[in-house]
Amino acid sequence: MTSDKNEPSHHSLMIAHSSPVTRHSSLRFVLKMAWRDSRASRRRLVLFSFSVVLGIAALVAIGSLGANLERGIDEQAKGLLGADLIITGRNPLGAAPRAHVATMATEVAQETSFSSMMAFPTAKNLTRLVNVRATEGGFPFYGDFVTVPADAPAKLRAGGNVVIVEETLLRQFDAKVGDEVKLGNTLFTVIGALQKLPGESSALSATIAPRALIPKAALEATGLAERNVLVRHRTMLKLAPERGAEAVEREMRQKFGSEGLGYDTVAERKRNLGRVLDNIENFLGLVGFVALFLGAIGVASAIHVYVQQKIPTVAVLRCLGATARQSFGVYLVQGVALGVFGAVVGAALGLAVQVALPYLLADLLPFEVKFFIAWPAVARGTGAGLVICVLFTLLPLLAVRKVSPLVALRSAFAERVGVGPDPWRIAIGVFIVAAVALFAIWQTGRLRDGLGFTAVLGAGFGILGGLAKFVAWSARRWLPRRWPYVMRQGVANLYRPNNRTVLLLLSLGLGTFLMLTLFLTRTTLLKEIEFSSGGGRPNLLLFDIQDDQIDGVKQATTAEGAPVLVHAPIVTMKISAVKGRKVEDLMRDRRGGAPTPAPESAESRKDGDAESRKSEDREKAWKGGGERRMPGWTLRREYRSTFRGQLEGTERLVSGTFVGQVAPGEAVVPVSIEEGLFKEMGLQLGDEIEWDVQGVPIRSKVASVRAVEWRRLEPNFFVVFPVGVLEPAPKFHVAAVRAENSEHSARVQRTIVAAFPNVTAIDLALVMQTVDGIFTKVAFVIEFMAAFTVLTGVIVLAGAVMTGRFQRIRETVLLRTLGATHRQLVQIQLVEYAILGVLAAIVGCALSIAGNALLAKFVFRITPSVPIGLVIVGGFAVCVVTVVTGLLTSRGITNHPPLEVLRQET
Amino acid sequence: MLKVERLTKTYATAGGRELTVLKEVSFALAAGASLAIVGPSGSGKTTLLGLCAGLDQPSSGTVELAGKSIGILSEDARALVRNAHVGFVFQNFQLVPTLTAVENVLVPVELRGEGGPEAEREAEGLLQRVGLGERCDHYPVQLSGGEQQRVALARAFMNRPKILFCDEPTGNLDGDTAHAMVELIFNLNHERQTTLVLVTHDLELAKRCQRIIRLKGGAVVSDEAAAAVTSDK
Repeated sequence: MTSDKNEPSHHSLMIAHSSPVTRHSSLRFVLKMAWRDSRASRRRLVLFSFSVVLGIAALVAIGSLGANLERGIDEQAKGLLGADLIITGRNPLGAAPRAHVATMATEVAQETSFSSMMAFPTAKNLTRLVNVRATEGGFPFYGDFVTVPADAPAKLRAGGNVVIVEETLLRQFDAKVGDEVKLGNTLFTVIGALQKLPGESSALSATIAPRALIPKAALEATGLAERNVLVRHRTMLKLAPERGAEAVEREMRQKFGSEGLGYDTVAERKRNLGRVLDNIENFLGLVGFVALFLGAIGVASAIHVYVQQKIPTVAVLRCLGATARQSFGVYLVQGVALGVFGAVVGAALGLAVQVALPYLLADLLPFEVKFFIAWPAVARGTGAGLVICVLFTLLPLLAVRKVSPLVALRSAFAERVGVGPDPWRIAIGVFIVAAVALFAIWQTGRLRDGLGFTAVLGAGFGILGGLAKFVAWSARRWLPRRWPYVMRQGVANLYRPNNRTVLLLLSLGLGTFLMLTLFLTRTTLLKEIEFSSGGGRPNLLLFDIQDDQIDGVKQATTAEGAPVLVHAPIVTMKISAVKGRKVEDLMRDRRGGAPTPAPESAESRKDGDAESRKSEDREKAWKGGGERRMPGWTLRREYRSTFRGQLEGTERLVSGTFVGQVAPGEAVVPVSIEEGLFKEMGLQLGDEIEWDVQGVPIRSKVASVRAVEWRRLEPNFFVVFPVGVLEPAPKFHVAAVRAENSEHSARVQRTIVAAFPNVTAIDLALVMQTVDGIFTKVAFVIEFMAAFTVLTGVIVLAGAVMTGRFQRIRETVLLRTLGATHRQLVQIQLVEYAILGVLAAIVGCALSIAGNALLAKFVFRITPSVPIGLVIVGGFAVCVVTVVTGLLTSRGITNHPPLEVLRQET
Repeated sequence: MLKVERLTKTYATAGGRELTVLKEVSFALAAGASLAIVGPSGSGKTTLLGLCAGLDQPSSGTVELAGKSIGILSEDARALVRNAHVGFVFQNFQLVPTLTAVENVLVPVELRGEGGPEAEREAEGLLQRVGLGERCDHYPVQLSGGEQQRVALARAFMNRPKILFCDEPTGNLDGDTAHAMVELIFNLNHERQTTLVLVTHDLELAKRCQRIIRLKGGAVVSDEAAAAVTSDK
């Protein structure tokens, strides 16, 4: 434009005027300025990102480890069934289904089982009821078939008159490998002691009697199978990987609905393990979420402080002509860079933890898990971490847009930054809530749980924010003038300009809330597991106790140090009519192409959840727009009912009134029906059911409905009669005791069998071992992951306090300059941190108790455990961490000459 | 160059009442002229400077800067005007602490995407001109107050402003340093034919300007040529 040396400026001015700053040049300035401006703060920014580094590392490690463990547990679950699909029936599999199965399965095994007495010639021919399994094929396909010696399964498959006998049974009869036992007419040589067989996880179906495994070819010679009416046949399938067991099951049900077959799949068996596995998955999600959320809070609070310090710089840039967008861009770039740094380092750290885990945990893990890097989990963890981190960073960064250039002239204007409504702030807030909710829903896998969790976090945020405002207001309003200077100074710090009351209470309180909730939830879940699988629960069931033996049994077990914990009389019966209609009529109604459920599957399906899920499915299948049909198994099965005057610990009244006693001769007996069966049969309260109690008709009406915790390995019943009706009926008793260990269990059994040879003792130890094994592993997973996240939380918490250092530095230095002693400065900080720590701890603890209760009720559906000691220790720890970290991080300021500090920090 | 008409600025106080810090101020300043705004603390000097420079919006009245009525412009549009036409020197220097001296000087041109070797040479030349040729790569914290203010002056001239606003430019400097600074401001102002608006308590400094406006309680109490002020004395 001009070459005039005196006016070289016009060229650039004209450009500036005629073409406003281009997007490209603007971006270049933003990037360059962001890089330059970060020079003095890079170490601090890295420190900020440290909180999110660990959060993302936790998420990545948890995601990846979770996938590892999930796979491990999946493999365990598969091992629990031993096959992909098991088809059960009262008859051997028919030709058509067998041909169909052959096209589906890569491997097939057969088993015929029945109960019979086993005689022990080496123990004076004492007999014992056993569950004979005549097997053929390579079952189990998955999981451990554990015997002593280990080669027994191979010998069994090789054939001959050989038997593998339940280890506790051998011990009971002082029998050993190589001894002979007699089944029917045949002598079998004991080739091994059975310790564990996959698929035997359910007490009542698998260990109704000690197991004795013989080759199928040897069965015929015993002459037992043809005489036994209770023979069951199982066909175990190993499917090609591409074939889904449930799809095959559906297909089989459609094609062979009338064959009276039952099905068991890995998925169903997994469901049958109860809700605990679901709980664990939810919990893992929660742990990852908490780690990330804490990290994000840490970053947000650090960025807030950072932005406050950058206001003068922003004001200068604004004076020099930077637009709001440009100055915001400078710090947004830094914020995003911080997030990316955190995400990348976090992912790397998470992976490093993953790589190191096999070495670190080899001795600790109670089971072998193949460690692999779950890349989707890494990508999810990193991506989600970055998004949440950037969103949380944006919120405090928005203030940059509002910095007035006037701040360069008068610092008082800096006070107005971030004051007043800002639609963007609201929008980002909404976005954060949405992102957090989405993340929570994704992690928990349930819409309701995710939203609930977000709501609880939001409530915690609101309560803590409100409390912080109230504290600041109260401190200003009621600060006693007569307090010592350091006290007044410490309290006044709560409301003075640039106070950190809201910020620290939010981060400390939420940190406390989240970490303690984690601890409490962990305790709640572990208690539940302990309750489900251990503790003082019965583990030895005594069956077939006759009326005149029950008192003797009670005395004998008490003498052995295992008193009867649960006792139930059992009366077998069948349904003869429902609501006035004969069973035969109802069964006739059922025929006509509707899918037929497995006749005996009811006995194996004891889990409430699986039961109700199945019932829902069936309800849909059977309704078909017409009248509800009752499932055949509910009408055909032999019910083993009990009578008693009260509900047991495993039961909960759902509706109606539980009637515990009736007068003799009551025409219509009020009975209590289990919830699942009640739904399955489509019953209503007051509906009449007529029973055939071993030839005697008894009319009853549904008086109450009970939810039964089938997961607990105790005698549970579909139908409970009141006292006063069934007493005269032929019955036997079941008693449950707890043995401390397998030796104790064997001793109790030996005593009982010696005194009452007809009594069958069912040792739940093996079943418990399987279930316990899984639960122990799960407990380990919980502890490991919670520890990882809690550690992250502690660091973030410490980081939140440490950022305060940069806010108070000028004030502290000024006081030092004016003559404040080191002791006075420490006391002032002590007062401030102690107040914040105590308040955060109190509110955090209260919120965590509420959070834990809500989680237990709505997510895990279990009773919350609140160990008060843990809460107090947790609260105290928060106070100590706050005060100690606060003081430690201020040491540098109070220990050095003011000038030196000012030169370093400003 | 600068035309101010009936300029008023009112703030709402915490008690909900209004506080008028500037009342109906009007004046005009031709290109190349120099003006000192003087008055006691709280008289509205800095507020007037801020409004003239487009750092804030008036409650009423107009400001025309370099032919543009900046009162009606948005904050970002005013930022562009500042970047194109205005230079600043603040009492407390206001250097960006994370940038070196030369980077601080470069900010105005880099903001409009005109950085590069040529701009860097020009910035170094300016630093040379203010006597800091050897301190280009020093950070503000490594410079004395007088040196920081000289960097600020170099930065103010970097975008070749049409008008330079100085807010108590010597307020934080000792006598000798202040004197040297004043010489620099006026010499550069003269060299570059820049219009100068100066807020100061220092009457001696004000007298170096061609014109002095005296404020009291937010209102103009006198608007005279500097020579007249001298003769009054």
